Amino acid sequence: MTVPELHEITLRVNGVAYRTRVPARRLLSDCLRHDLGLTGTHVGCEHGVCGCCTVLVDGQPARSCLMFAVMAEGCEVTTVEGLAAPDGTLSAVQRAFAECHGLQCGFCTPGFLTVLTAFLTENPKPTEEEVVEAISGNLCRCTGYQNIVAAALRAAEILREERAEEIVAAGDGDGAEPERAREEAAE
Amino acid sequence: MTRLFGSPIPRLEDERLVSGRGRYLDDLGRGALAAAFVRAPHAHARIVDVDVTDALDIDGLVAVYTWEDLPGKLAEPLPLLIPHPALTHPKTGYPLAREEVNHVGEPVVMVVARDRYVAEDACDRIRVTYDPLPPVVTIEDAVRAEHLVHEEVPGNVAAHLVQENGDARAAIAAAPHTLELDLDIQRSASMPMEGRGVYARWDAEDGSLRVYTSTQTSTSVRAAIAAKLDLPLHKVEVVVPDVGGGFGVKIMHPWPEEVLIPWAARLLGREIKWTEDRREHFISSAHERRQLQKVRVGFDDAGRVLGLDVEIWHDNGAYTPYGVIVPIITSTQLLGPYKPGAYRVEFRSLYTNTVMVTPYRGAGRPQGVYAMERTLDAIADYLGKDRAEVREVNFVKPEEMPYDHGLVFQDGRPLVYDSGDFAASLRLLKELVGWDDFESYREQARAQGRRVGIGIACYVEGTGVGPYEGGHVLVEPSGRVMVSTGLTTQGQGHHTVFAQIVADELSVPIEQVHVTTGDTRLFGYAVGTFASRAAVMSGNAIALAAREVRAKALKIAGEALSRDPEDLEIVAGAVRAKDDPDTALDLATVAVLSNPLRYAFDEAAKRATQFAVTDTSKPPVPEGEKPGLEATAYYSPPRSTFANGMHAAIVETDPDTADIKILRYCVVHDCGRMINPRIVAGQIHGGVAQGVAGALYERIVYDENGQLLNASFMDFLMPYATEVPKIEHAHLETSSPLNPLGIKGAGEAGVIPVSALLASAIEDAEGFRITRMPISPSDLWHLRQRFAAGEIEPLHRASRRETA
Repeated sequence: MTVPELHEITLRVNGVAYRTRVPARRLLSDCLRHDLGLTGTHVGCEHGVCGCCTVLVDGQPARSCLMFAVMAEGCEVTTVEGLAAPDGTLSAVQRAFAECHGLQCGFCTPGFLTVLTAFLTENPKPTEEEVVEAISGNLCRCTGYQNIVAAALRAAEILREERAEEIVAAGDGDGAEPERAREEAAE
Repeated sequence: MTRLFGSPIPRLEDERLVSGRGRYLDDLGRGALAAAFVRAPHAHARIVDVDVTDALDIDGLVAVYTWEDLPGKLAEPLPLLIPHPALTHPKTGYPLAREEVNHVGEPVVMVVARDRYVAEDACDRIRVTYDPLPPVVTIEDAVRAEHLVHEEVPGNVAAHLVQENGDARAAIAAAPHTLELDLDIQRSASMPMEGRGVYARWDAEDGSLRVYTSTQTSTSVRAAIAAKLDLPLHKVEVVVPDVGGGFGVKIMHPWPEEVLIPWAARLLGREIKWTEDRREHFISSAHERRQLQKVRVGFDDAGRVLGLDVEIWHDNGAYTPYGVIVPIITSTQLLGPYKPGAYRVEFRSLYTNTVMVTPYRGAGRPQGVYAMERTLDAIADYLGKDRAEVREVNFVKPEEMPYDHGLVFQDGRPLVYDSGDFAASLRLLKELVGWDDFESYREQARAQGRRVGIGIACYVEGTGVGPYEGGHVLVEPSGRVMVSTGLTTQGQGHHTVFAQIVADELSVPIEQVHVTTGDTRLFGYAVGTFASRAAVMSGNAIALAAREVRAKALKIAGEALSRDPEDLEIVAGAVRAKDDPDTALDLATVAVLSNPLRYAFDEAAKRATQFAVTDTSKPPVPEGEKPGLEATAYYSPPRSTFANGMHAAIVETDPDTADIKILRYCVVHDCGRMINPRIVAGQIHGGVAQGVAGALYERIVYDENGQLLNASFMDFLMPYATEVPKIEHAHLETSSPLNPLGIKGAGEAGVIPVSALLASAIEDAEGFRITRMPISPSDLWHLRQRFAAGEIEPLHRASRRETA
């Protein structure tokens, strides 16, 4: 039987450029996990329903089991491994999940973390309903979601606190900014 | 130091898991060969021919195996794990089907290839010719027995068991009132986000096998592999990595793949991995829940049950490798917090040509609670009494504990409740949900054209079943405390709660405590993680081991400091004199002293060499002692401990669309002393979500040919965040007298009463009896049609409400 043709692709994952050769049918999830060794992205259903395999493609959440690796050519992909700062400091969303018991087995967690990372960038001050809506494409079998929602709201709060601190640290503006930033964070 | 037991500290597991550093089965073995399976497309058929020729020229194919290729014990049926005298006709499948298939999804051919894509290509080209046989799909089919699943099993009856305490039939006949109920509960499934998976490495030079598997029981998989592959036990290591949820389905073992993959790895001398895909999980793992129940009950004017007679038809699917644990649990746990005057239960466990049934979170309890709670609701309705009041008059009282039901539980031991205060739980729950104010809320809602209902359901859960678990605690010369236990973890936070226990017992910072679960290289004796037993069994074993280590540390430090161990204490990782905190030794130093050395590897070790020890009149290791600051202990309970809880919910049903919405969900829960209340709450949240799923959304649907119609997440409706209600909960802590820590299990609590509860709340909203769960808006809509047509009786309370 003929050997499937391999396609050379270049994709940037978590800021690192990778060059690899894949058959056209290779899923992005399999490429990330098995070709690049980034196993943080999990595969729960391979039909795009559970959201475990969600990664950010050019900043937008995407199901890596519904994309072929060749489709990510030239894209900037962020996986759960890329959410922490380069020095290993966990992102606000990651910290909030640990703080609020937002995970149990942890298998679906990378999908929730990536989805919420993108969501909180767009909507830094979400309501509970908006959070529920944002994660309504991700299945979790362990937590009953309650603590995931709490974690998302806590992450938003941490992000606002951090932003306020940054503004305070920058110390510029009319002097009233730190106050406003703190108030905003406290809301 | 603050006591960690009882403290809601964040989990130690999480930093790794939120940063993508978890190691689940499929994350291991990069570069290993991949296996895939050709699975039966028919529910019942004879295999006429398997033709693999077309597959053989596929580039990257390594091997193809059918039953004919299996040697020795591997060619025999898989083991019957839990035999029971009532299981008169046990049947288990072969690792690869031999001559006949009995459900869609049964493995027929195993393919090994360069990767999974290629392995699936090969599977597609394998032609299996079948001679289809008539399938038995439903319980009704099985009872009719026009066709048989297994020719040699008459009437499709795998097991038949009757248990009786008193003369229930006579008590019912003599009772002032009697009722009869026909109940039906449908199939569901554990459905962990991570499917099953096995990865095996054979070391030809050493003649040993290492198997990683996504299981709830490491030691038993090891024993199964050793038996099937005829290897000495110590040549098989089973390591359980991070597991992406289990909920029962991963306690079944060995799965065919758990013996086939290691066998092929040895045969080929190559690493092989199999990672289940979602469709495989639906059609070839295990399901649970389906039962038909007939209840006859006799009761007095107060609603006290005088006699209860329950008949259960349990669908066990095509095989019974896990025995009849599920219906045994249903038939015993049905009693909940109540004491019927006399009780008779009879079950028949029946074969069908469907995926086999093994325990799923709650394991038979949701069905039992469903039967009992539906019955109490019916009694309350019949008598025009408050549903909570009818429950209360039937409660076992705290002063009656321990309470013996006169039955035999799933562990073969008497069904005896150890503790609990059911009336106190009910009071808490009624307050939490606002039970007594509900009627006025109903009136308000009605005025707005809304239809609401309230429900209540109580349960008792036998947790922490034996036979035993063990724990090992070792203080390293570095001061690190290494803890291991043989049972496994699937996300319940075991590493954290076990570390909490050890940190307290040894008075060391929790950061110094490192826990390993489910690795036979570290701990070879274990049973497994199921039946909410991990905290009770391993928790107590680990506490006992830590106490031994503590005593040993005090003894060794006593000798070194020339003090009586009685005068010493351990504080913040150091042994010190109670009267003189400056007279102290770090636990790390004690660990060094515990192991007299000939060779020095570092500065610490130098202090423990033979020339450093002064008293030459005694042997370096005193008689009866062992080197090392470590201990192994086991906990084996006299019988199960019984956790309990009560749930209440308020629902709203849409008058037009029959959409069912949960407005409030309240839980009162008693699992004895809590090690980590945050983790307990998380277990309840998750359990309730699975319960709601089973009550309103999830249903495994077979067609008349035994084809599973909804084998995907598109069609099997697992709830998202949008479908799960917010859970309000309160705890009651009635300590268990059965174990040193006073704890009971909490893993399954949340799921158990939900179907009963939501049936109760929905029928309260609708005014007619709900007898079949789960219930969808479409089901409810059709029931309304039948109710309007006079085919269904109204609830008495509904007519009373109308006339009031």
